[in-house]
Amino acid sequence: MAEHHAHAAAHDDHDHKPHGWRRWVYATNHKDIGTMYLIFAGTMFFIGGGMAMIIRAELFRPGLQFVDPQFFNSMTTMHALVMIFGAVMPAWTGLANWMIPMQVGAPDMALPRLNNFSFWILPFAFTLLLSSLFVPGGAPAGGWTMYPPLVLQTGASFPMLIFAVHMMGASSILGAINVVVTIMNMRAPGMTLLRMPLFVWSWLITAYLLIAVMPVLAGAVTMLLTDHFFGTTFFTAAGGGDPVMFQHIFWFFGHPEVYILILPAFGIISEIIPTFSRKPLFGYEAMVYAVASIAFLSFIVWAHHMFTVGMPLAAQLFFMLSTMLIAIPTGVKVFNWTATMWKGSLSFEPPMLFALAFLFLFTIGGFSGLMLAMVPADYQYQDTYFVVAHFHYVLVPGAVFAIMAGVYYWLPKWTGRMYDQTLATWHFWLSTIFVNVLFFPQHFLGLAGMPRRIPDYAVQFTDWNMVSSIGGFGFGLSQLLFPYIIVQCVRSGKPVGNRAWEGAHGLEWELPSPPPYHSWTTPPSAAVIARGAAH
Amino acid sequence: MSDARDRENRILTWKLGAIALGALGFGFALVPLYRTLCAVTGYGDQGKLLERVTAIEHPDPSRTVTVEFLTDVASAGSWDFRPEKRRIEIHPGELYTAEFFAHNLTGHESIAQAVPNISPSEVAAYFHKTECFCFAPQHFALNEGRDMPVRFIVDPSLPSHIDTITLAYTFFDESSRVTRR
Repeated sequence: MAEHHAHAAAHDDHDHKPHGWRRWVYATNHKDIGTMYLIFAGTMFFIGGGMAMIIRAELFRPGLQFVDPQFFNSMTTMHALVMIFGAVMPAWTGLANWMIPMQVGAPDMALPRLNNFSFWILPFAFTLLLSSLFVPGGAPAGGWTMYPPLVLQTGASFPMLIFAVHMMGASSILGAINVVVTIMNMRAPGMTLLRMPLFVWSWLITAYLLIAVMPVLAGAVTMLLTDHFFGTTFFTAAGGGDPVMFQHIFWFFGHPEVYILILPAFGIISEIIPTFSRKPLFGYEAMVYAVASIAFLSFIVWAHHMFTVGMPLAAQLFFMLSTMLIAIPTGVKVFNWTATMWKGSLSFEPPMLFALAFLFLFTIGGFSGLMLAMVPADYQYQDTYFVVAHFHYVLVPGAVFAIMAGVYYWLPKWTGRMYDQTLATWHFWLSTIFVNVLFFPQHFLGLAGMPRRIPDYAVQFTDWNMVSSIGGFGFGLSQLLFPYIIVQCVRSGKPVGNRAWEGAHGLEWELPSPPPYHSWTTPPSAAVIARGAAH
Repeated sequence: MSDARDRENRILTWKLGAIALGALGFGFALVPLYRTLCAVTGYGDQGKLLERVTAIEHPDPSRTVTVEFLTDVASAGSWDFRPEKRRIEIHPGELYTAEFFAHNLTGHESIAQAVPNISPSEVAAYFHKTECFCFAPQHFALNEGRDMPVRFIVDPSLPSHIDTITLAYTFFDESSRVTRR
């Protein structure tokens, strides 16, 4: 008992949070770190969005208007790196930090100091990456996929790119380890694996994907680094290397990576749709197995990103069929979400609106993905705007909308205040209309043959590019509402109760709003857990 | 937090760290794995294309296959490198010679290595070279230009659906790499 006492005293120390800058720089609290992750992700979302605006401005009409081609290529490359590694991934880690301890009945993340480290790597990584815009030769412009030999021609920014990727990777791996340890070891007694909310489940699987593939990316970029500076020839044909091998290694990372970007979204949608349908999730276990199957399949489909490199027919068939197989567990998820709404008492608050838009628009992205999976069709589509339209449909109204849905869902929990729902509904409609104006015409452009990553185009593509750019500017401007709504909510939102949404289930809603600094210092009782796990 | 849980957390952390390290190792292991796979299947195998073979002629005059020659230089402007003929018609099992012309425009004495590639990649197993300028680095004096031969024979067991073979060479200026050694 004496020992117990000593621990209680040590804990007491924790609860008095440091003030001022120390609270953030020395942060070990999951909520503080989660907040920092989300603010960081938001900042990067606007920086990456600014780059997208430059791209769309240049493509507004044919010819070269505003930027030179090299800078345009830097913009496409940096936009991708910033959005993937700076906006979407940190946003997921931020949400994981905030929600996982609350949802599994833990006081905090399992490894608080590691948590601090994995966050604070990120600002340094992105300072390094973004400062490459100002070095001789400009920022990396060879595409975010960093294919050699082109990427080896990058100027002074080449090592900056490589080390920034190393740092982002290290941050993600550490964050993922923390998530796995928290979920495996810190669950409250009675919170069995199959009682966990789907957000927790999808993050657990995502974390395993991260641990398995981020080091492979680190290996690939290290090989690029030694090829460039130390005379190795991993990817240089002159020395017996093979540039195609880079594509294999890169996409062995890259395909699981796209599921890293989307699986947590599946988790969030699986929380929101039941809440606003006032029904438990249809087919909870099927949903868990579907996520696990998607994660497994993601390891054996990578070469569908490179059908045109000259693969044997047998390999093309294998990768085509395994890719199409992913449509099955994904279909299970889409149908289960739809079945959850069937005969439910639906209401359309902002999180639900974003979740519904996700359901429709992510499915469109999924269908164009199936089209791209077909080898003969892919020969036509590859490297055109059709591909751009496809992955933006799954990433913007897919991953990004799910992040926004998650923020609108849990913001009242985090702050204890309700945001302006009318304004958030405006944000939703503007985003949804403009995102379609922005990306839908890109399908047409791609089918008509407009190539990606080129600052100029043939005049017959003018009209749809103009429409797409208008959609881009509209979408970009509407996003300014998002931080405004959040700040307004934090400052002057109306207080809410524990259960901010009447249909919400789960342990986080059993805590006060805002929750205490350490979430569940005493584990929730079996009755509370049973009430939370309403499926 | 209890000591027991602390210990469990530490153990799991190290296990996951080990998985991450293993994944890093796996990334590098993909390099020999990739080479082995290419060698075993014979698909686009560089080793095979860079290997001198002795082949006996068994011409099959009933069959005609087109062989196309492509050339490229790794650093544009420094070399003129082109095939004498862009395409020839051949019969499998017969020995042919094709000439390639290279001109050193680097402004200095130079050593260059040609790296072959063949498509469709499955042809690599049936395309035999008895002599090729790509077997060894080529020395060029300042401003020297010369013809270089490749002698090849296509195996008569070439799968019947193949009617065109593309042999591509990329010319790499190796001077810097050689002098650095």
